[in-house]
Amino acid sequence: MTLLLTVLAAVYATVWWYTRRDDTMHLGALCLMLWGASLMWLADAIFEYAELGADYFTPALEDMANDAFLGLSVIALALVVWLVIVLVRDSRGTIRKMLTRKK
Amino acid sequence: MACFLVPTTEAVVITVATHVINNHEKKAAARPRAERRLEGRHNGPAIPWSRKLSWLSEMLWGGSLLLAFEHLWHGEIVPWFPFLTAASDPASTAEMLQEMGSVGVLMALIVTGAWGVMTVAAEDIARRDGETAPAAE
Repeated sequence: MTLLLTVLAAVYATVWWYTRRDDTMHLGALCLMLWGASLMWLADAIFEYAELGADYFTPALEDMANDAFLGLSVIALALVVWLVIVLVRDSRGTIRKMLTRKK
Repeated sequence: MACFLVPTTEAVVITVATHVINNHEKKAAARPRAERRLEGRHNGPAIPWSRKLSWLSEMLWGGSLLLAFEHLWHGEIVPWFPFLTAASDPASTAEMLQEMGSVGVLMALIVTGAWGVMTVAAEDIARRDGETAPAAE
């Protein structure tokens, strides 16, 4: 479930990045972060599948709920990290202008 | 257990390599074009290697950070020494090292492989259009 939610977020972020004309929002960083995590969880899933077989696809409801909660939390963390990147890089100069503005 | 440490280590190495190659590219770009042509380096990649490596670096750092959070969630990382619960006794440490050597290495290989495919595709697109592709970052 964590893998599934992260992949969906990565696909959404990539489509968003592709349709934007500029990258002042640093969507590329968000895409790469989410794809990196998705691929790493894919490796984890491969090992789990090798161990559990078809049972991997029929998780207990409680495990699925916990994994979904974890997946959403991971996406929230990725969004927070991305927001920090956007604000620190300040490509639009919004923060710079605000800080240097004389009253 | 601590499988994310393998891609994290790769991320450190790639970050250092990116900075070294970036400096090298800046120095090379500052030299006169005629000098570069004499060395036969006028036909370099459409996208600089430092940029390509920065994509891999972002994938590895981002992925490792999110996986570290997952390990924290499952109680495999703790905020006190030795930080990894599996490092508290020798049997768990051996299991952790085995997992790092299997799952961790596969994680690093899959991310690097995906980056390789992405790099080849981006280079192809950039050469086709005759300009640098508007790739990530």
